[in-house]
Amino acid sequence: MYKKVLALITVLLMAVAVFAGCGGGADKASSGQQGEDKSQEAEKTKVAFIYVGPAGDAGWSYAHDLGRKYLEENVSGIEVTPPLESVPEGADAEQVIENLVQKGNKIIFATSFGYMDAMEKVAKKHPDVTFLHCSGYKVLDNMGTYFGRIYQPRYLSGIVAGKTTKSNTIGYVAAFPIPEVVRGINAFTLGVRSVNPDAKVKVVWTNTWYDPAKEKDAAKSLLEQGADVVAQHQDTPGPMQAAEEAGKFGVSYNSDMRQFAPKAVLTGPVWNWGPYYAETVQAILDGTWKSEQYWGPIGDGIVDLAPYGDMVTDDVKALVDAKEREIVDGTWDVFTGPIKDNTGKERVAAGAKLTDQEMLEMLWFVEGVDGIIPQE
Amino acid sequence: MSGLPIGRDRVLVLEKRGHFSQSAALLVPVISIICALFGGSLFLLATGYDPVEIYVTMLSGAFGSAYGLSETVVKAIPLMLCGLAVSVAFRMQLWNIGAEGQLYMGAVAASWVALFHGEGSRLGVLALMFLAAAAAGGIWGLIPAIPRALFKVNETITTLMLNYVAILYSNYLVYGPWKDPKGMNFPLSAVFPEHATLPYFGDTRIHLGLVFGLIAAVMLYIILWHTRWGYEIRVIGESPVAARYAGMNIARNILLVMALSGGLAGLAGMAEVSGITQRLQPNLSPGYGYTAIIVAWLGRLNPFAITGVSFLLAGLLVGGYNMQMSGLPAATVSILQGAILFFILGGEILTKYHLRIRDARGIEVAE
Repeated sequence: MYKKVLALITVLLMAVAVFAGCGGGADKASSGQQGEDKSQEAEKTKVAFIYVGPAGDAGWSYAHDLGRKYLEENVSGIEVTPPLESVPEGADAEQVIENLVQKGNKIIFATSFGYMDAMEKVAKKHPDVTFLHCSGYKVLDNMGTYFGRIYQPRYLSGIVAGKTTKSNTIGYVAAFPIPEVVRGINAFTLGVRSVNPDAKVKVVWTNTWYDPAKEKDAAKSLLEQGADVVAQHQDTPGPMQAAEEAGKFGVSYNSDMRQFAPKAVLTGPVWNWGPYYAETVQAILDGTWKSEQYWGPIGDGIVDLAPYGDMVTDDVKALVDAKEREIVDGTWDVFTGPIKDNTGKERVAAGAKLTDQEMLEMLWFVEGVDGIIPQE
Repeated sequence: MSGLPIGRDRVLVLEKRGHFSQSAALLVPVISIICALFGGSLFLLATGYDPVEIYVTMLSGAFGSAYGLSETVVKAIPLMLCGLAVSVAFRMQLWNIGAEGQLYMGAVAASWVALFHGEGSRLGVLALMFLAAAAAGGIWGLIPAIPRALFKVNETITTLMLNYVAILYSNYLVYGPWKDPKGMNFPLSAVFPEHATLPYFGDTRIHLGLVFGLIAAVMLYIILWHTRWGYEIRVIGESPVAARYAGMNIARNILLVMALSGGLAGLAGMAEVSGITQRLQPNLSPGYGYTAIIVAWLGRLNPFAITGVSFLLAGLLVGGYNMQMSGLPAATVSILQGAILFFILGGEILTKYHLRIRDARGIEVAE
């Protein structure tokens, strides 16, 4: 018995020793590697990205990841760190951003609204690092914001939805009742009603950006209430799949989602971050970048419409094209009066246009939206 | 005969060891960790990563730099407080799975003080937040303790269910009445005034909550081994029957211990809102109250061991983000963390139990 135990202990000790030996050796090897990395760092600027969902969410984070890859391929002299996925918008965010700085990243993109305060805190401590925050409103000398006027393609997708609906009830699965999402619902509804004044848009809040099951369930509840087109301000194709299963239609978001619901997806607003990432990083490398609040219009290509599904007719496409031209030319924009809110009160006078500030603070629904904005 | 059937008339059973040797107690965790790293490396190799590089990244991220170490300490604070909280209940065989909810209620109470009664000196406000959080967490622990003490209602289920109530209540507040009026309708409370935030140590994010945790560990040790109350807790945990014969009031101890347990978890909530987020917000805790259960068991319910284990588990969490930076996808990081915990807990069970094969009559089969 004792011999057995002794043998066992000997074997284990050897295993430990081997393991420790490996570990030690690897330590040296990797520190050597780190040394090499450092010499490369002198030439290459490290760029990092933080996502709120997995890079493979097929939606929001996926669109940013496509942009990240575009950046990697199109700008030289940089090293793009693997993205940090599914970083919660809370206590961990500050640690993650600070950690990226500690690891020598000089340009950091945080791609969700909830990272704003964390990024601001870290940015104040590190004036030599450039911080870019997607969709927020806080700026510092070394921290800019960037976003696209996604409400423009949302309006255009509304035209397609308005032309498609038979029941005149369109569902909208929405994330959080914040101005960004409200603005999207309003733009979409204005688009719907520009071609179909009888249609209504029903809104359901999920209070999450990324939750495939919850998003799908919300879409199902809208379909059960008579919606025959479902639009979404969510990060996964869940709502589109619900529409497909019900034999109804959908307006996707973020990226081309036709592969997930080929019979349902009409089109949808999409993000095209690549060129923006490439230009911005190049400007920082060249020293020409200045902190700003960039809100790119459809004409810049940062936002666009996804390719149409087969069911969309040429007539509808022509309608959309005509409207898009007006937006790109600057002769017209989505929130041009007269616009009433859904209590009947006039919010934008005929001929007037909402300012950017008014759009950024928008917390009221236009006429035709069936839903409430939970507010205290 | 209960157990896992593994063939005709054969079952695999777990039996409590009569004693466990000191050497096994030390050896088993070491073997478990080696197995864990080995199992993890097979998985990493299968998915095309170099396990040594990944492990080095994880360890150096969590413990290899002053910054990494400081962040590991930051994460250890709530784990420590919650781990201590559940350990004192576990000692009395009270399965308090509700540390998560007690943490949230503590956070809510502390936020209430910070947002609506935040005037006065920093010391005064922080003391008030501290007391409010301990009281709220304590009450949240006491609620399931009452039916447990009076009617033997299973506290595993009630404490677990109350977690959802607490989290949803906290969400209700930030989505509703406590939402920051200047916050663009985002579900966040206003930022706490400066004097409602815990002071930091130097340039790090390590806050005064660390001191709460360490003092709590010392206090629990004194209570458990140097007071009559602690003696009662230990006796009731070892043998309720003996305790009853000795005239100990079990119902009263259930109430007291659950209140103490909840109060400690409530302090973790106060430390998080006041030290880290400085506002009430959804997803305040990424499951500290649940991870704390693992912390408590790995620490064998010993207050000082729990303190140590909370640093190790915090390192595992902090190291996870570093692994992502070296290219490991987030999901793989979670799998690896899970595998490591699985092996360590598995090994832990084997120090206390034998695996035996028995036949239908319950007689051990020699193998």
